[in-house]
Amino acid sequence: MLEIRDLHASINDVEILKGVNLTVNAGELHAIMGPNGSGKSTLAFVLAGKPTYAITSGQVLLEGVDMVGMAPENRARAGLFLSFQQPMEIPGVRLDQFLRAGYNAIHKARREEELDVLKFDRLLTRKTKMVGMEAALTRRYVNEGFSGGERKRNEILQMAVLEPKLSILDEPDSGLDIDAVRIVAQGINQLRTPQNSVLLITHYQRILNYVQPDYVHVLINGRIVQSGDKDLALQVEAEGYDRFEAKEQALDLSPSCPPLPKGEGDVSPSLLGKGARGLG
Amino acid sequence: MTQTLATQEHVYLEAFRAFQRNGAVHDPAWVQALRQSAMDRFMELRFPTARRGNEEWKYTDVRPLAATPFPLPSSANAKPAPQEVRLATFGERTWHRLVLVDGQPAPDLSSLNGLPERVRVMGLAEAVTSAGDLVQSHLGCHAAHQSEAFAALNTAFLHHGAFVHVPDGVFLEQPIHLIFITTRGQQAAFHPRVLIVTGRDSSATVVESYLGLDNSRYFTNVVAEVALGRGSALKHYRIQRQSEASYHIATTQVNLTANSSFTNGAFDFGGGLVRNNLNVLVAEEGSNCALHGLYMPTGDQHVDNQVIIDHQVGHSDVKEVYKGILNGRARSVFHGSIIVQPHAAKVNATQEDKNLLLSPEAEADTKPAFWIYCDDVKCGHGAACGQIDPDALFYLRSRGLSEAAAKGLLVRGFAAGILDAIQVESLRKHVNSIVSARLEEWLGQEA
Ligand SMILES: Nc1ncnc2c1ncn2[C@@H]1O[C@H](COP(=O)(O)OP(=O)(O)O)[C@@H](O)[C@H]1O
Ligand SMILES: [Mg+2]
Repeated sequence: MLEIRDLHASINDVEILKGVNLTVNAGELHAIMGPNGSGKSTLAFVLAGKPTYAITSGQVLLEGVDMVGMAPENRARAGLFLSFQQPMEIPGVRLDQFLRAGYNAIHKARREEELDVLKFDRLLTRKTKMVGMEAALTRRYVNEGFSGGERKRNEILQMAVLEPKLSILDEPDSGLDIDAVRIVAQGINQLRTPQNSVLLITHYQRILNYVQPDYVHVLINGRIVQSGDKDLALQVEAEGYDRFEAKEQALDLSPSCPPLPKGEGDVSPSLLGKGARGLG
Repeated sequence: MTQTLATQEHVYLEAFRAFQRNGAVHDPAWVQALRQSAMDRFMELRFPTARRGNEEWKYTDVRPLAATPFPLPSSANAKPAPQEVRLATFGERTWHRLVLVDGQPAPDLSSLNGLPERVRVMGLAEAVTSAGDLVQSHLGCHAAHQSEAFAALNTAFLHHGAFVHVPDGVFLEQPIHLIFITTRGQQAAFHPRVLIVTGRDSSATVVESYLGLDNSRYFTNVVAEVALGRGSALKHYRIQRQSEASYHIATTQVNLTANSSFTNGAFDFGGGLVRNNLNVLVAEEGSNCALHGLYMPTGDQHVDNQVIIDHQVGHSDVKEVYKGILNGRARSVFHGSIIVQPHAAKVNATQEDKNLLLSPEAEADTKPAFWIYCDDVKCGHGAACGQIDPDALFYLRSRGLSEAAAKGLLVRGFAAGILDAIQVESLRKHVNSIVSARLEEWLGQEA
């Protein structure tokens, strides 16, 4: 589904991603954990094609097609979706109207059926019920006057409507109380299929109590320093990121040296030629 | 320099003398006296061409306009084609329409049969004789032809135009549409005059629309006087789509009496050099005034909106929101003045002008200002110029919308508040379609 090979990316000439390797297969859910500022959102934005970021080297393949240089709308049409960490207000643009425009643009590109207002409205009503969102919100301007929880749920709603192959969810749990986290998690679970993959970015282990990841990766300072199964998330929760940060610094000191010895229960990305995979 | 300026104004003096000898001679003496005094005043005031110490015209240079000897229109009435008329007569069939073609009333294109009893909508020249007293008590009494050169020039040539009177207690359901069509190949100066009088506790909607059928270079200098009776409500809209090579100077002078309510929507799409003076005089307490404006210049168009709200008395609410969407090398000016005179307590006023620049060469000057000589007042203002928000653009594109479509949505969203404020549905649809067509042209097919 998604293959990231030695991805380097920068913003304003500052390198943020320093060689990310990752392979996500169809049907898998990968969690990416990391402290603030480690480059999680950068990775999400780079994958979605935000123009302010520059990919300086590496490859990003979605179903074998290189996405580097592809316009964000074409990535969306190819089946990629980004749930924003901080969904913004868009004054004067109605949610239902904009989402129908997106839906139809994607369907048109795929030569699938486009929907008129009436049919789309029916679809939207169904999806709002599915993610537990108030239908009236879809007739408002995008995120205008929405609470933090409503904004996040709105992202999940859009994912439900657009039915992407690969969803990148950038901290869909941040700023939410535990009930709201559970609701968002439920939405994510309902949308999981054997064909679709999810990259779930999170700072805390909390949401992983409700969403079962196949793999967990720890991102520190623009690199994946450790990968594992869901126990790795518990380890992060128990120990914090300090130990992983120390490990990343060690990587930095010996960039051309042989890979570090393999730790217990973890897989160093540099040991895996093609990208970090689970323990399998 | 003085020599050439003198000649510039003398073109109009010559035209005035010819005009006096022709049709105008049959008008009542008071009209002729009004014209004469206005012409005299214009020759003293002259065009506001000075480039120094001329704050009101600082950003709008009318020297090219003053230097062009625009003749009066020929009396031969050109006939627009039916499809051209349809462009102008938007809205519902039930609207009351008064059409003027190249400054002259066109009764065959107008439809005024369905007017309720006592409501008067007619050409101004006709009104001067048939509704003499009422017209005389307002015409030239509101607009400042003593101090404003363009108002003086219009008054000197006042003849054709429109008169609307909604008597006491009448609620007019259907909008009145005053349509000014400028046909192809016109190169003249037009001075249409509009007078709208609403009676006590009445209510009406008046749409003024200006349509040019080609890209000729002409000069429209319109003055509208709007007098609201006590407790009356007027919705007034102005849709300007004249030639992008033309000069469009418009003065709208509004007089608000006790408990009256005035809603205005000003939409400028056409015109090469456009200057709108909207002056509202709050003469009595308890009035309410909501002014909205949208301008969308492109190419080398220049649009200047000067809005002055003068509170002689207090206890009044004002909301003023203007927005500009600028493309190409377009230039816009917004100059808002809210004046609160001493003792005009309990004024609640906000004014705002926001501009969206779609091109690096476009430029907007905006200056909302308050002149407050009273303590007990609530005021707020805002001004902004900016580009399309790149983060919002990325958000929409990440959902599959093309760049052009995403920009189109964002720009329309920027204007949404102004468009939503149009309280007549078919008018709102019409203006929306003009905005959409313009954006499609600017941003690409998909927008
Ligand atoms: N516009 C920018 N210019 C320079 N550095 C930036 C910019 N935006 C973000 N960064 C830096 O990039 C790093 C990674 O940020 P981000 O990807 O948002 O981290 P995370 O999502 O993991 O908290 C941070 O150190 C941040 O300061
Ligand atoms: Mg982040």
